[in-house]
Amino acid sequence: MEIQERLGDPFGNPFGGGLVTPAREEILRRVRRATHDVPKDEHPEDVPVERGYRDKDDAPREEIVERFAERVAEYEATVHRADESDLPRAIAEACGRRGVRQLVVPAGLPEEWIPEDVETLRDAASSPLSNEELDRSDGTLTGCSLGIAQTGTIVLDAGEGQGRRALTLLPDYHLCVVREEQIVGLVPEAFAKLEETVKGEGRAITFISGPSATSDIELNRVEGVHGPRTLEVLIVG
Amino acid sequence: MTIEAPDAFSGGKTPHFEESARESLADSQLRRNLGKATQTIRNKRAVAVEEMPDWEQLREAGRALKSRTLRHLDEYLLQLEESVKQAGGQVHWARDGEEANRIIAGIAKSHDAGEVVKVKSIATDETKLNEYLKREGIEAFETDLAELIIQLAGETSSHILVPAIHKNRSEIRELFMQKLGVEDLSDDPPDLTNAARLYLREKFLKAKVGISGANFAVAETGTVCVVESEGNGRMCTTLPPVLVTLMGIEKIIPAWQDYEVFMQLLPRSSTAERMNPYTTFWTGVSEGDGPQEFHLVLLDNGRTEVLDDEIGRQTLNCIRCSACLNVCPVYERTGGHAYNSVYPGPIGAILTPQLVGIGKSGSDSLPYASSLCGACYEVCPVKINIPEVLIHLRGRVVRHKQDEGGLRGKLDPENVAMRAMAKTFSEPRLYEGAQKAARIGQWPLARSGAIHRLPGRLAGWTDARDLKPIPEQTFREWWRSRNGSGTHSGTRSGEGS
Repeated sequence: MEIQERLGDPFGNPFGGGLVTPAREEILRRVRRATHDVPKDEHPEDVPVERGYRDKDDAPREEIVERFAERVAEYEATVHRADESDLPRAIAEACGRRGVRQLVVPAGLPEEWIPEDVETLRDAASSPLSNEELDRSDGTLTGCSLGIAQTGTIVLDAGEGQGRRALTLLPDYHLCVVREEQIVGLVPEAFAKLEETVKGEGRAITFISGPSATSDIELNRVEGVHGPRTLEVLIVG
Repeated sequence: MTIEAPDAFSGGKTPHFEESARESLADSQLRRNLGKATQTIRNKRAVAVEEMPDWEQLREAGRALKSRTLRHLDEYLLQLEESVKQAGGQVHWARDGEEANRIIAGIAKSHDAGEVVKVKSIATDETKLNEYLKREGIEAFETDLAELIIQLAGETSSHILVPAIHKNRSEIRELFMQKLGVEDLSDDPPDLTNAARLYLREKFLKAKVGISGANFAVAETGTVCVVESEGNGRMCTTLPPVLVTLMGIEKIIPAWQDYEVFMQLLPRSSTAERMNPYTTFWTGVSEGDGPQEFHLVLLDNGRTEVLDDEIGRQTLNCIRCSACLNVCPVYERTGGHAYNSVYPGPIGAILTPQLVGIGKSGSDSLPYASSLCGACYEVCPVKINIPEVLIHLRGRVVRHKQDEGGLRGKLDPENVAMRAMAKTFSEPRLYEGAQKAARIGQWPLARSGAIHRLPGRLAGWTDARDLKPIPEQTFREWWRSRNGSGTHSGTRSGEGS
């Protein structure tokens, strides 16, 4: 071992003092020795996994949407509901209330959503905004991939109209539009829908359940640590 | 920066649980903070779990998935390595903490990073990464609020989930004014939190390398996730151009679908919420989004030793939720520091001695830090039978003393007593003789049908309970005195009662 270490890594990995691959072999050997009690002909699927939990919420749509709205609000996020035709006005009002002057806009966001009286900071793959620009902005407007009623969660998958992760992280205000048909009932329904995104392009996925929070000081809940301290959700139906 | 107190993973000797617990018990402020904290989380958790009609089914699925993973860990490790590489990440293997630290420092150095930002990772506490990086001239900034507090204070964590549970607001205000150079700070938690936000925002924007732990990693897709509340995890895994994730080899789950189980079990068991504020799932490197270089470091550091023990193996099911800490009557009184380990509480009492290996006097005392009440088993979201493992480990500790303790171990009073007992219980003649002797010997001690205090070294037993004296007539004597006088006695071998 020591000789190998002095010689450097024979497998071309620049890190770890040259023992990376021997470490791999040794760990695998240790694992196999430790699991010698497992019959040789046992396959992973032979170990039974009983999925007896709920995988679909059979409640009526309206009830699921209502539950989503309630539970998002319980996290101290602001929730509004709007008709499709009324959406631009609802967005403009929200930005107005907040006093947004510079609004971060991800690629692929519907143009009609963008309020007229704000300055837009447009992010694009070819000309990404800098972290400093995002940090100085007043807020960000995005769509989403999914909503989960059971937990009041918004899911972003970095797709059209959502943007890369930093866009919903550095600005202090996040206004998120969720369409009623994007809301699923239970957590397993959400993971099933996301499977394609993960296995396809492998885009990053972010679950947001209310604004960031901490209970680290005497277990007092404080809303807004890092990330947007204010989360506002517009449910469109 | 932080000079961490040596613990079970520092390589040196640590005090026995009993000694350290005595110190903690004398700190009334600590006990008040802990009492309030554990009770609050305990009650909240009960509500969050109550809401779930399928909680038991989820627990069972969680346990089964972990069992499937551990029984076939070699296959899953190889599959994970392949998936992460396919997705543009690099995979490293570390046999022990030292090797992991060397790999991580090497990556940071190759990017000329003098500072790194970190999101809470117990694995890096286990390997003493911060100390290692400091020796290599790299400063590691903890970004979790509680971790920041204890790092600034130069202390160690006392709770997996809320590491600064032992500090109150005025202590934190003092600390921030002194260390962050903030003037005019109130002791209001929102003000204190904002001071940390401003201080850390600058670090996040500047950092070239982020370091994280992992809650789970999917073998099938290579998707790693960090479950958090404050947003510092999103910052660390998104903003720096380079991300290094250290994870124990047991954190693997087989398939993407399996997140549907663990992402229900973890938040409710941990922070007692339906869902934690932020979870980031990333699959290798995504072009134009987040770090463009990703390293996953797989850490053994004793985990294969745990795997090797068929009863102890279930310890590796642990998803670090900390529910067992909050229900433990021992933890509630002693706090985390008494365990002298980065893993405190009931789970720490079984994980630590197995990870560092039986035969170290400090961590060998941990399996005894329990009344075996079983509350930890009941709340465990992946059904680790902690009492079973505790008893099993007590046995291993005693056997280890017998086998390897040399003459001193053989003469250890507990060993001598246990061996004498074993012999007595295995031979009817000796057993009855002992009963007769005890009946004569106990007369100065037995008062009104009970022994309230045993003499000498045995006094510990009667400190908190009475002992029933040997009766005037034993069952065996009564049996023989029946007509026919016990013709069946001794027909079965080993019969001894």
